[in-house]
Amino acid sequence: MGAVTAPTATASAAAPSPAQAAVSVRGLWKVFGPGARSVPTDPAARALSRRELLEQRGCTAAVRDVGFDVAPGEVFVVMGLSGSGKSTLVRCLTRLVEPTAGQVLLEGEDLLAADDRRLRELRRHSFAMVFQHFGLLPHRRVLDNVSYGLEIAGTGKAQRRRRAQEVVDLVGLSGYEAAYPHQLSGGMQQRVGLARALAGDPGLLFLDEPFSALDPLIRREMQNEVVRLHREVGTTMVFVTHDLREALRLGDRILIMRDGRPVQCAPGDELLGAPADDYVRDFVREVPRAGVLTLRWIMRPPAADDPLDGPELGPDVVVREATRAVLAADRPVKVVADGRLLGIVGHDEILSIVADAEQVG
Amino acid sequence: MAVAAPPAPSPPAPSPATSSAVGRRRPRRALLAVGVVGAWVLLWVLLQGRDTLFLSPATLTPLHRRLNELADAVSAGRDSSPVFLYGVDLVRAGLDAFVGGVQDLLARPSGGRPVPAVGWLGVVAVATWLATALGNLRVGALTAAGLVLLGLQGLWTESMDTLALTLSAVALCLLIGVPLGVWAGLSPRVHRLLTPVLDFLQTMPTFVYLAPLTLFFLIGPASATVATLLYALPPVVRLTAHGVRSVPPSVVEASTSLGATGPQRLRGVLLPMSTRTIALGVNQTIMAALSMVTVAALIDAPGLGRTVLKALQTLDVGVAFNAGLAIVVLAIVLDRTTTAASERAQTRPDRSRRSARLRRPALLVGAVAAGAAVLLSRTYLWAAQFPSVVGGTDIGIGDDVARTADSVTGLVQEHLSGITGGLKDAVTLFLLNPFEELLTGSPWYVVLTALVCLSALAGGARAAVTTAVGLALVIGTGLWFDAMTTLASTVLATLVVMALGLVVGVWMGRSRRADAVLRPLLDAGQTLPAFVYLVPFLALFGASRFTAITAAVVYAAPVAIKIVADGIRSVPATTVEAATALGSTRWQVVRAVQLPMAGRSLALAANQGVIFVLSMVVVGGLVGAGALGYDVVAGFSQGELYGKGLAAGAAIVLLGSVLDRVTQAAARRAGPDAHAA
Repeated sequence: MGAVTAPTATASAAAPSPAQAAVSVRGLWKVFGPGARSVPTDPAARALSRRELLEQRGCTAAVRDVGFDVAPGEVFVVMGLSGSGKSTLVRCLTRLVEPTAGQVLLEGEDLLAADDRRLRELRRHSFAMVFQHFGLLPHRRVLDNVSYGLEIAGTGKAQRRRRAQEVVDLVGLSGYEAAYPHQLSGGMQQRVGLARALAGDPGLLFLDEPFSALDPLIRREMQNEVVRLHREVGTTMVFVTHDLREALRLGDRILIMRDGRPVQCAPGDELLGAPADDYVRDFVREVPRAGVLTLRWIMRPPAADDPLDGPELGPDVVVREATRAVLAADRPVKVVADGRLLGIVGHDEILSIVADAEQVG
Repeated sequence: MAVAAPPAPSPPAPSPATSSAVGRRRPRRALLAVGVVGAWVLLWVLLQGRDTLFLSPATLTPLHRRLNELADAVSAGRDSSPVFLYGVDLVRAGLDAFVGGVQDLLARPSGGRPVPAVGWLGVVAVATWLATALGNLRVGALTAAGLVLLGLQGLWTESMDTLALTLSAVALCLLIGVPLGVWAGLSPRVHRLLTPVLDFLQTMPTFVYLAPLTLFFLIGPASATVATLLYALPPVVRLTAHGVRSVPPSVVEASTSLGATGPQRLRGVLLPMSTRTIALGVNQTIMAALSMVTVAALIDAPGLGRTVLKALQTLDVGVAFNAGLAIVVLAIVLDRTTTAASERAQTRPDRSRRSARLRRPALLVGAVAAGAAVLLSRTYLWAAQFPSVVGGTDIGIGDDVARTADSVTGLVQEHLSGITGGLKDAVTLFLLNPFEELLTGSPWYVVLTALVCLSALAGGARAAVTTAVGLALVIGTGLWFDAMTTLASTVLATLVVMALGLVVGVWMGRSRRADAVLRPLLDAGQTLPAFVYLVPFLALFGASRFTAITAAVVYAAPVAIKIVADGIRSVPATTVEAATALGSTRWQVVRAVQLPMAGRSLALAANQGVIFVLSMVVVGGLVGAGALGYDVVAGFSQGELYGKGLAAGAAIVLLGSVLDRVTQAAARRAGPDAHAA
């Protein structure tokens, strides 16, 4: 039985310690309205729901006591429905919105202590952001849009053109350097947004619902693009989305937010396998599970009469990939890690997931 | 918690009662208004001619005398007071030097030579090149043709004076207005502070700026420039602020996230992205400046306005028409050029096209040619002074224009005087006179009470208070009788404007074709300076109140029509479709759907209409409309009436403010919120 609780342990192992994290957030609050400053420190106000806070204090708490750590090179997804505070959260991390309380460390540096000059330095060289509505300059050509950040940072013309051309090639916009944004499709415009963010060679990339304004087909293509870029460039990413499938496709770990509060922070398979509450369970219900869940989440402890001489598989094998092996074997498959038996998976376990997936379509 | 409870239970219970009350409120208000007017007429019959506060043109009140003394004191202190020596006089000297410099360049003999620094050929060449570079070849050609026409009309020097004054004032407007607009665009607080000031500057009729300014800046170009500056500043400030504010936040945010500083954001994002709106503001500012510069002839500003004014005063229709035509030509050239420039700022150049590729070298060649023309115009007399005779033949057309206008006027007066005179007499006798008699012949307390009641019905309690205070102050100016005469003309003209606005506006709002045909005409009508409108009506109707009213109607109708048309058009198509699907007739759709839903636009049209009308009715003082306008004009020309003129100016501002506030309150009432409640 002890083996079943193991996932929690592995999940916390994936989270880095604050000291080595690319981003480390503790007790972050953003409250809008009169007397906002007093809310995070007032125990009575902290206890109120968002609606009560609005009725009684006249202020809106967009982000409430959020904390997490992002490992270097990780793709960390913040997910929630509209109004859950995810966009405000990511703006607090770049100080486009000034947090009301809390701590944000970027590679160990206290972001909230940075003065205007230092903040600009960080924005120019350390991190960059991609926006839902692109935010391109309509009066500049693609190449000039991409090099805009370098221009602001005072890079010489020849150098910034060279660099801009590099990233334009990297995001697959070659040939469109001289086009104006309005001449491009939405997907192409967001490629420009991506290129602009990458031009300064930031160690950290914030993406605020970058593909929500795009058609589904283009969205998938752009998600692949992000996967590819992440593989090639290795930038740490904080990715905000309201689309769970997108979150599962891209995220190493996913933070689910509701009404400004974090609900659960875990890898995708754990969200499906061990949802923290009904809200998360509801959320993940519509997702095809076979592609996300691993054997760890569907195995059961062996019973006394189970034959234990079947084939062996690791606990992190995805259900969809294990299906053929499990169904082909006439005995239950053993889930083994480091030579230790964690549990077994039989036809019933596999079929319950695969059949479920077929229903969902 | 208990405090929050009370409002919750109240809505459900009385809702049927409130809805029926709302349903009945409109007719009841109209009924009350009729009642007020009825009582007023009754009291007029009973108390006619009593307490009318009549003041003969030459009589002065103690206030007027005190204002005269004040003016004398200011003039006396001119040479000793530090305010003048180190403040006003320096500003005046600076403005005179600046405007004088531009005049030297374009309009008056300078540098010890009998001609301006740049002769007509140089001006035409440079202006054409500028219009082509900022706009396109078409407006370049228009500019060349327009300027040459001015020369042919024999009004080159006058036109250049007007142009010089306009351009100097516009330059100052931009220098002050663009930074101010950017500031207002960035700071909501500055925006809130500026808006009422700009509103006030824009509601004041052009006329009333002049007298107080002459007190400090004397008559002449300096006063004219300050007056023009004040009058023409609001559009560029407003539109710059609007442009800056309407840059999408996502773009501003993106540039911030890349680490842009404030100035970098301004230069790289905010200004480039609001160029078109700012250009629109520049266009409106130029048109307002031209309008004011011509009116400033009243305080001895040089240029075409002075020619028109002199001709109006001597009832010389031919000369007035010729000079008026020149103003129109100048207005068209300035308007078209700046509009083309703002369109150019919007569209991205497409370098692949051949014409676009050729543009840069062509402009270079043009610049060289313009430079050569300037040199020529400094060297040869024929290129410096617009020639009136070429090869022995007279090429001037000014006299022909004047003669033709005279003969057409003569013909009209000879053959159509039955119609024009009949119309004028009928309107004067059956509409204007009774209405004016009601306002001026009733005791002042009756009129005051009636007007306050009517404002309360139209705009609510605050509007009523505004009216009471404003009219009380009018009484204080000692010019109640004249103010009521002006009000009568204004209200009558506004009613006609609204009737026109409703009929034509609904037509344009419903028919795309009507809109396409009429809108350019209305746009053109709106760009013309107020002064110009007087000329044709003076020709048709002679000097009278009726002339001023007709000119006011024509002056104010375009803006009212356009607002109504836009209001009708902005009614959601789905609502109209739904009404049509229910089987409404076209008339039912207009009456039950489009007009009520455009209620706010109608009230706004009335607001703009009344402001425009008042401004024109006052200018009509020049052509026999009398009343406050005449008091202002007389104040300019006769020293002992100066104080009275100032008081009349104040009365006009008061009337304007009251009319503006009341119609705006009515507009707010008619707003969509009122309907939803």
